Amino acid sequence: MEDENSTFASGAAIPRVVIVDDHRLFRSGVRGELGDAVDVIGEAGDVDSAVHVISDKQPDLVLLDVHLPGGGGVEVLRRVLSRHPEIRFLALSVSDAAEDVIGVVRGGARGYVTKTISGKELANAIVRVADGDAVFSPRLAGFVLDAFSATDAPPLDPELDRLTQREREVLRLIARGYAYKEVAKELFISVKTVETHVSSVLRKLQLSNRHELSRWATARKLV
Amino acid sequence: MTETASDTPRFYRARDGRLVAGVGVGLARHLGIDPVVTRLALLALGFGGIGIAVYLALVFFVPPQPATDDTEETDPESVRERKGRDISQLLAYLALAGGLGVLFLVFGGVFDPLLWFLVFGALGATILWQQANPALRDEWMSATVLRSRKSWVRTGAGVLLIVIGVIGFLAFQRQLHEARAGLTFALTILTGISLIAAPWIIGLVRERDKERRERIRNQERAELAAHIHDSVLHTLTLIQRRADDPREVQRLARVQERALRSWLYQRPADAETTVTPALERVAAEVEEVHGVPIEVVCVGDCPIDDGIHAALRAAREAMVNASKYAGTDAISVFGEVDPDEVLIFIRDRGEGFDLDAVPEDRMGVRGSIIGRMERHGGSARIRTAPGEGTEVQLRVPRSKE
Repeated sequence: MEDENSTFASGAAIPRVVIVDDHRLFRSGVRGELGDAVDVIGEAGDVDSAVHVISDKQPDLVLLDVHLPGGGGVEVLRRVLSRHPEIRFLALSVSDAAEDVIGVVRGGARGYVTKTISGKELANAIVRVADGDAVFSPRLAGFVLDAFSATDAPPLDPELDRLTQREREVLRLIARGYAYKEVAKELFISVKTVETHVSSVLRKLQLSNRHELSRWATARKLV
Repeated sequence: MTETASDTPRFYRARDGRLVAGVGVGLARHLGIDPVVTRLALLALGFGGIGIAVYLALVFFVPPQPATDDTEETDPESVRERKGRDISQLLAYLALAGGLGVLFLVFGGVFDPLLWFLVFGALGATILWQQANPALRDEWMSATVLRSRKSWVRTGAGVLLIVIGVIGFLAFQRQLHEARAGLTFALTILTGISLIAAPWIIGLVRERDKERRERIRNQERAELAAHIHDSVLHTLTLIQRRADDPREVQRLARVQERALRSWLYQRPADAETTVTPALERVAAEVEEVHGVPIEVVCVGDCPIDDGIHAALRAAREAMVNASKYAGTDAISVFGEVDPDEVLIFIRDRGEGFDLDAVPEDRMGVRGSIIGRMERHGGSARIRTAPGEGTEVQLRVPRSKE
C-alpha cells in the first residue's frame, strides 16, 4: 500500500514503541517485520509487566494485544491511561470478535488491526496513530457501521450517538478496502479531512454511552 | 481398624470382605468401627422396614471402592476375606435375620411401633456419638457450609430424636391401641431423620455431580485433543512437506485457520440462510480453490432471496476473476444490507484492465456478472484501469415481504 506513505515522509521522529503480546515468537516476528520504521524500546508478555514497562519507558505508542494473561488489553489501557493519557495505543489481535474489537477501542485504543497485517502496513498504522490519528481496519469500520445502525431508538445524545452522512461514507469506503488517500480521492476531500472524520468517529465510539453499542457487540460475538 | 483423627477414609462400598454389596463393611471403615456393628445395625433397621430402603439407597448412592485402593489394606486378618464374599459369615447373618424374624412374628408383627422407637432412639444415639467422634466431625463439617451451627443443630436433632423415642416408648407401653398418637410420633421421627440425613445425602449427591462433571470435562479434553490431532497437526505436517511452495503453505494455513475458527465459534444452525455467512462461505470457497486471501466485511444481515442469490453468484465470479487475473495477494469484499437494497463490493489492488478492450465474446464479466445482475433487477458496475486494481460493485434491490 505505497499510497499510505504520506505521513511517513513528513519527517517526524521515528516513533518509540513498546510491544505487548503474550507470544514471544510473535513479538520477535513483529520486531523483525517493523525493521527500522519504528524504534522498539520494550516488550511485555502480560498485564502487570506491560504496565510496568510502559510507565518505565514512556513510549510514543504501545502495540497492544487484545488477549493477555491478567485481564486482557483493556486492563492495560485502564491502568496506563489513567496516569499517562498521552500514550497512544494500537490494538492488534487475531480475534475478529466484535466484543473484543469494540471493547479495546472503547477502552482507549486509537486503532485496531488484525495480526495478519503486513509489516509495512503495520508500520504505517503505527506512524499514523503515533501522530494522533485513528486507524480503522476494514473490519473495524464494518463493526462501527453495524453498531451505529443497529437500533431504531432515538439517540440520547445526537452529537455522540449518530454518525454524520460524511462519516458513514468514509467508513463505507474503508470497509471496502480503500486506503485513506483513496477515500480522499473518491470523495474529493483531502487526506487530512478523512483523518478528521475517522478521528471523530473514534471519539464517538469511545464516548457514546449508548448501551446499544455494548449490547450489539455482545450479541455479535463472532465474525 | 485403625482410626486417625484427621483423615477419615471416604465412604466406599467395599470390594473386599463384603457380604452382600459392601455397604456394611464400607460404612464400618468410614466410621472406623467393626463391621459387625454396622451389619447388626443394618439388620435391625431391616426389621423396622426402613433398613432395606436405606441399604438400597446406599448401594445406589455410594460409589464402589476404586480398585487401586487395595494397597491401603494392611490388616492381616482381612487378607483372607479379600477375595470376595465370606460364605460362612453371610450364613451367620442370614440365620440371625431369620431368628429375629421368627421372634418378631411371634411378638405380633414386624410393624410394632415399639420397635420403631427403639430403632430410632438408637439412631439418634449413633448421630450423637458421631458428633463426638473427632474423625467424623471434620467429615461432617467438610460437607456443610455453616460449620459449628449446623453441628449444634444436628446434635440437638439427635437429642430430640432420642427424647421422642423414649417418650414414645413409654407412652405406647400404656396406650398401645391409640393409633393416632403413633402416627404423630412416626411422622415426628421421620422428620427428625430427614433433618439429620439431609446434609449427608446432599453431600453424596454433590460428590456424584462433581464426578460427573469431571468425567464430562475429561471427555471434552479428549475430543479437543482428537480434533487438534486430526486437523491442526495434520495441516502442520503438510506445511512442513510443502515448505518450498509459499503459496500452498499460505493456502493450507488459511484453510486450517478458517476450519479452526468455525469449530471454535460454532455458528447457529440456520447460518447459511442469510447474507453475511453466505458471503463468507463463498469467499472461503473461492479462496480455497485459488489460494488468494479474501477478507470479508459485512454490515447488516437479511435472509437470502432470489436477487441476493444471484448477487452472491456474481460476487463469486468477481472473486474468481480477481484471484485468477489480478495478480494480487489480497482481495477485499464488503457486503452491506440496506433497508431497500443489498450492496456487494469486490476490490483488489492488482493489475486492473481496460474494460473497453475486453472482447465482446468474453463471457466472464458480461454474462456472469453484469447480465446476471440485470436479470434480477440489480446492477453491476466495474471500476478499473490498468495499474489501479479493480472494483466490482453489485447492487440488488431487496424483495418486499
